[in-house]
Amino acid sequence: MNFSFETIWHNLPYLLAAARWTLIISLAGMAISVIWGICICAARISSSRLLSGIAALYISFFRGVPLLVQILVFFYILPYVGLDLPAIAAAIAAVGLCSAAYSAEILRGSLQAIPAGQTEAAHALGMPPMSLWRRILVPQAIRIGLPSLINELILLVKVSSLASVVGIGELTRVAQNITGQTYRPLEIYITAAVLYFLINLVISRAGLLAEKRLKVS
Amino acid sequence: MELDLFLRYGPALLEGFGVTVLCWIVGSLGGVVLGFILACLYRWGPAPLRWVIYAYVEVIRGTPFMIQLFLLYYGGPYMGLVLTPIQAGILSFIVYGSPYFAEIFRSGFNAIPLGQIEAARCLGIPEWRIVLRITLPQMLVPITAPLTNFFIILTKETAILATVTVPELLFQVQSMMAETFTYVEPLLALSLFYWFMVTLTARFGAWVETRVTRHLSRA
Repeated sequence: MNFSFETIWHNLPYLLAAARWTLIISLAGMAISVIWGICICAARISSSRLLSGIAALYISFFRGVPLLVQILVFFYILPYVGLDLPAIAAAIAAVGLCSAAYSAEILRGSLQAIPAGQTEAAHALGMPPMSLWRRILVPQAIRIGLPSLINELILLVKVSSLASVVGIGELTRVAQNITGQTYRPLEIYITAAVLYFLINLVISRAGLLAEKRLKVS
Repeated sequence: MELDLFLRYGPALLEGFGVTVLCWIVGSLGGVVLGFILACLYRWGPAPLRWVIYAYVEVIRGTPFMIQLFLLYYGGPYMGLVLTPIQAGILSFIVYGSPYFAEIFRSGFNAIPLGQIEAARCLGIPEWRIVLRITLPQMLVPITAPLTNFFIILTKETAILATVTVPELLFQVQSMMAETFTYVEPLLALSLFYWFMVTLTARFGAWVETRVTRHLSRA
């Protein structure tokens, strides 16, 4: 078997352009995941039985159903209820809403790690709940949960490959298309794997750096 | 709702269910075994072997499962490895799962206090018996939860096998959707099914956890 570097060289620009979509899906998904995750986490730990129950159900559903099936649900079922999303929006929404369930649990764990005395002190000082959350709980929870959140972001980069099933031209889909034209699956998929690996390497290094910067002495 | 569709497609769905469970069980058990071997080699093997295992773990964890599956199924024949879809699915499951399992076992090995091993050595207990009677039984306590977690993740990864035409559940549902133009019922039923399977696995994991921690709660 002859390994054709020429094929890789020829198609690299297309794969790189596609990698941009992979990044867009994972970064947009991560933004939704963290913001929506904070909301769900707040609902999960709220004293209202109803809110907490809904959040628990949400987490259980999105963690219990394969993301591939969720993407298909978003893509095929939402039009039936009058929400005709473009494929890219459906994919980002599915990825973000699913990941939010995991982020919510990560943040819940981090919140529990913050000493209760801080909340009590804030209450005693008459701090309104919004400030308590914005100034004391959320910043610390994010700092404690950062390694797990970075982990989640790396997972997001990898699951963004599932968006290929609804026809989005991200890295996996484009690799499939090029393979269809060149009949060189080995070279193309290895290149795609290397690109994914490089993206994740950058993210994990950046995560380590951020962890160091955020560390309080 | 057209529920009679499910009756008509019942046999195909059952068959898909069988394939899903087969790939899941064989693939993840194979992953556990290979992961355990990797963890042991990493712990007791020579340095060059450790580097190789480290690189293997990093590369497999850093690339999407879908790409690994495509490489094996579509790229394999170019290297003389021709596999049926189910074989490729199971093999890629083993390859994909093993580094995660290896890491879980590694953390388990590290969780045992060194003093216990040293004490056992002083008493002249042979090395393999130390592993079998001291390290492994205690290791089960910290690793059961992460193991369950990863079994659950693998349950859901089986859906990806549909992309290389493994006739598992999602694949059957997709052909059902294509033939009947119904999307809502099959997809919702499929979601419920996976949810059920995941909950069952989680319950089983919780049961195993109470079993292996019995000696702790009794004390």
